[in-house]
Amino acid sequence: MPPFPEAARIALANTQLRTNLAHATATIRDKRARVVAEVDDWEELRTAGAATKDRVLLDLDTHLVRLEESLIRAGATVHWARDAEEACRIVADVAKAHHVDEVVKVKSMATQEIGLNEALAQEGISAWETDLAELIVQLGDDLPSHILVPAIHRNRAEIREIFLAGMARAGRPAPEGLDDEPAHLAEAARLHLREKFLRAEVAVSGANFAVAETGTLVVVESEGNGRMCLTLPQVLVSVVGIEKVVPTWADLDVFLQLLPRSSTGERMNPFTSTWTGVTPGDGPQEVHVVLLDNGRTRALADEVGRQALRCIRCSACLNVCPVYERTGGHAYGSVYPGPIGAILNPLLRGVGVDDQVDSLPYASSLCGACYDVCPVKIDIPSVLVDLRAQVVDAHRGGVPRPEAVAMKAAAATFRRPGLLRAAERLTRPGLAVVRRVGASAWTGARDLPPAPKESFRAWWKRTDGGRS
Amino acid sequence: MVTCINDALVPQTGRAVVTLLRRLGVDVDFPEGQTCCGQPMVNTGYLDEAVPVVRTFVRAFEGYDAVVTPSGSCAGCARHQHAIVARRSDDPAFVAAVEETAPKVFELSEFLVDVLGVEDVGASFPHRVTYHPTCHSLRMLGVGDRPLRLLRAVRGIDLVELPGAEQCCGFGGTFAVKNADTSVAMGADKARHVRSTGAEVLVAGDSSCLMHVGGLLSRERAGVRVMHLAEVLAAQEGT
Repeated sequence: MPPFPEAARIALANTQLRTNLAHATATIRDKRARVVAEVDDWEELRTAGAATKDRVLLDLDTHLVRLEESLIRAGATVHWARDAEEACRIVADVAKAHHVDEVVKVKSMATQEIGLNEALAQEGISAWETDLAELIVQLGDDLPSHILVPAIHRNRAEIREIFLAGMARAGRPAPEGLDDEPAHLAEAARLHLREKFLRAEVAVSGANFAVAETGTLVVVESEGNGRMCLTLPQVLVSVVGIEKVVPTWADLDVFLQLLPRSSTGERMNPFTSTWTGVTPGDGPQEVHVVLLDNGRTRALADEVGRQALRCIRCSACLNVCPVYERTGGHAYGSVYPGPIGAILNPLLRGVGVDDQVDSLPYASSLCGACYDVCPVKIDIPSVLVDLRAQVVDAHRGGVPRPEAVAMKAAAATFRRPGLLRAAERLTRPGLAVVRRVGASAWTGARDLPPAPKESFRAWWKRTDGGRS
Repeated sequence: MVTCINDALVPQTGRAVVTLLRRLGVDVDFPEGQTCCGQPMVNTGYLDEAVPVVRTFVRAFEGYDAVVTPSGSCAGCARHQHAIVARRSDDPAFVAAVEETAPKVFELSEFLVDVLGVEDVGASFPHRVTYHPTCHSLRMLGVGDRPLRLLRAVRGIDLVELPGAEQCCGFGGTFAVKNADTSVAMGADKARHVRSTGAEVLVAGDSSCLMHVGGLLSRERAGVRVMHLAEVLAAQEGT
């Protein structure tokens, strides 16, 4: 993927994308604001959510061991995966042990993060997405563009085209004469998916939460496809990020209030599925849980950034972000787009090695709207600034980039007022910074204000502070 | 504190602050040892480079009762980010100096409403005006509706609501050049909203945001002027 500014330029040129995004984000934004306003103790809930997550993160090892014990007691098999490769291999091995060439999936950020579908395809196993939006993305040979609404960048006319062109290749074809009525599109997806649910022997899921005291995994969703995946197939593999653990059911209570209002603007999510290991004769008879690190302990070691691990993937920050609204999710080059993606990716992957990752902390105007809506109070602007400092520090020592030269020059001018006075007489230092970093980047579309006759400083000196 | 952008590019804003504060009976000084709050370095990640700039800031404003600045962004940097820079220096005296200075820094509308306790500053400005609440004033400082309360008390003003007011204009410091295309896309939407109000003047509490949106309005020949809140509050047209 190209660095953010380049990817953004391509996205910005797509006017249909911008129209779709502006419409969709405004709709969810308004819905969220309305239902959040109904809750008198919203601020207290946010504080409680943040505190619970912090408490878990500080003692993550203890909670994870407890989760593992509970899971094993309930009949599940627990696997630990250090990285994407290990996690994918574990899932593929389970599928191969059952001699299947396909699995059904409930939408999961963790499995997208590790590139599970691609890894399974390498082993000759097809992974079918069963979430409506994920299905649209998969059939359209596309990438998700949003955490919660992966096909947010598509309108219904495009979705109709995708169904007509793609469904037959993947299973039951789209009904003849399909139009772009939302109900008809949903029915087409339903028929197509039903066939897959009934056929599949192995299902793959993620989890929104993992309750340590009982070894219970929790999935919240809106369509019921998750429940189908979790109950119909004989074998279930859940890939769960290690930060998803919560100590008790009482802790879960707070998050089940915070999540739906923040994400879909609903008071309660339509489906909350919880499952605890294996129940003889009911649901999957073989349950595997893959506890995934993949950079999470790296993020945990970052004093400022570790708060990003509180994230419950609600995507409220995406829907209020003015940058996301214009560029969409693909520009972030990751399954975690928007403000949270701009901090989570560098935290999980580390800075200083990849230009695309290093560009993400700068993909923000630092307006702070994300912090205002975050249900677990992640101070995204502060983490962005801290990560920017890490990016700058990672590049110190080599040949300085033009921006670094400009910053050093500006700082040298600003450290001594005498130098600033001299600089103001010669040039306009604010503009000097702008010019050095890239004057054409400014003046391509914006005029600069006319140069004033004298600086404030010079005026103050000449007039004795306006007194003469 | 006159910000570096005000000092070099829009000195009339600084002069308006002086006029306004004097009219309200404040003893105003401009310590010439000041330069910049350091935010361009801090927000771009150049914390080492910010250290001497923040030192200069703290030194310049020692001994004053209050530091008033016509910028929510610079006030926000002083109040919330100088401490990060000071900690970076490993110099306890510097950390202490920052801790002492930071709470004395006020954005103009905070100082007028909270410290001086005035909303009617005796201004007169008979024009159609719309107001953009800049992000750092709004979210980093939480100035709330203080600027609007000050504007509503201005004689003759026709204050019209700006659609999508709370959305960022896209300036964002070096974001405006590092992500110029996105910045311009955000600014263009802001400019469109400004034009839709039919206002003659766009007012905000940060010259940097005004420079960005004003630059777009000027390129579009929209015929809308941009003015800092301080200039409107200092104005006494027709009185």
